[in-house]
Amino acid sequence: MSTPRKAVALISGGLDSMLAAKTLLAQGVHVEGINFFTGFCVEGHTHAIRKKDQEKPKRNNALWVAEQIGIKLHIVDVVDEYKDVLLNPKHGYGSNMNPCLDCKGFMVKKAHEWMLAHGFDFIITGEVIGQRPMSQRKDTMPVIARESGALDRLLRPLCAKLLPPTLPEREGWVDRERLHDFSGRTRKPQMALAEQFGIAEYAQPAGGCCFLTDVSYSKKLVDLWTGRGTREYDFDDLMLLKVGRHLRPRPHFKLIVGREEGENRFMEGYRHQFTHFQTVSCPGPLVLADGGALSDDDLHLAAGLAARFSQGRDAAQVDVQVTDKTGVSRTLTVAPLSAGQIPAEWYV
Amino acid sequence: MSHHQLDARRLLCPMPVIRTQNKVQGLAPGDTLEVICTDPGAHHDIPAWCRIHGHHVLESRQQGHEWIITVQVGASAN
Ligand code: SF4
Repeated sequence: MSTPRKAVALISGGLDSMLAAKTLLAQGVHVEGINFFTGFCVEGHTHAIRKKDQEKPKRNNALWVAEQIGIKLHIVDVVDEYKDVLLNPKHGYGSNMNPCLDCKGFMVKKAHEWMLAHGFDFIITGEVIGQRPMSQRKDTMPVIARESGALDRLLRPLCAKLLPPTLPEREGWVDRERLHDFSGRTRKPQMALAEQFGIAEYAQPAGGCCFLTDVSYSKKLVDLWTGRGTREYDFDDLMLLKVGRHLRPRPHFKLIVGREEGENRFMEGYRHQFTHFQTVSCPGPLVLADGGALSDDDLHLAAGLAARFSQGRDAAQVDVQVTDKTGVSRTLTVAPLSAGQIPAEWYV
Repeated sequence: MSHHQLDARRLLCPMPVIRTQNKVQGLAPGDTLEVICTDPGAHHDIPAWCRIHGHHVLESRQQGHEWIITVQVGASAN
């Protein structure tokens, strides 16, 4: 028998990409997985930060899937390159800040580069026609194939029978008859196939695969750009959008207030990059100020807010230590803001 | 056979796994790599990654808020 053809499978950690990979494994194709880390992936991050969540078992779903079906998994850090996808999506955004169609094209393009560099023959994804309103439609399938450069080396095993035959099918590397014709939003065929493969457990992500489909995360991201007057971000910004309460009391700065011990500890790692506030006369959260130069009024306002979220919220006065980015500290004695002094619009 | 260290403190999953993967790519079979992490998820993810790729976890221990995981590169590295 000839050596098996090699496919690289985009593995998200969900059921569909797992079934797609499994379908080809069942045909004797050599499959290895690839998973892209954009910085927005909903992968245990907030769970890892929040103390109350630390006891819960957690796992990286993509790794878990790879282990279940017995394939290698290569995780690729695309945080920097992904910026361009998020900031300049040719096809626009979905209902939140999710540029799904461009994102899919980008991931397939990266998988295609990996395929060429590693001597693989084709790429597979778990896409299903009609499954997602933005990126998984009959008319977007060829767009992804074309814009990624993968062309007909991109095979979607779960809906291949509804699409024109690709190179792996035409060449007989895979048997088109044993691929599938799934379409629409129903999950029934996937569940039936999972059962056929003896897959009893799988992750069912509630929304999409990333924070960009999340309303409140998207709002915070847009607020960050508005506040800075530029659509720039770095990896640390993305991490900090996932923790704490975010309040913007003035256009030129926002405060990130730790909500519990785990978040405070996580934020401590960032405190040297920000002017930060810590109550000293009573226990309270760590508060980071993100923004431009802070006037004395700004500092007092921020200290009053830090006091508001501390255990001294009902005291007449609270001592708050303010430390600037150079590490110089001073203590301000302020009256905690009352709930009525914090307009709802300040909450991002 | 050489011993190496990787500081993955303050990185959240999957970054510790990615750093481990990239570091192991430059090592030879039998080499050992000690990874220090603070994300408790890493102590599930790094061993899972090792099992998939045929590397061995020699030790995984918690020290205060840190996890120290020692990996030995497998015979068919990567
Ligand atoms: S949900 Fe996020 S990761 Fe998934 S395709 Fe859309 S933008 Fe990309």
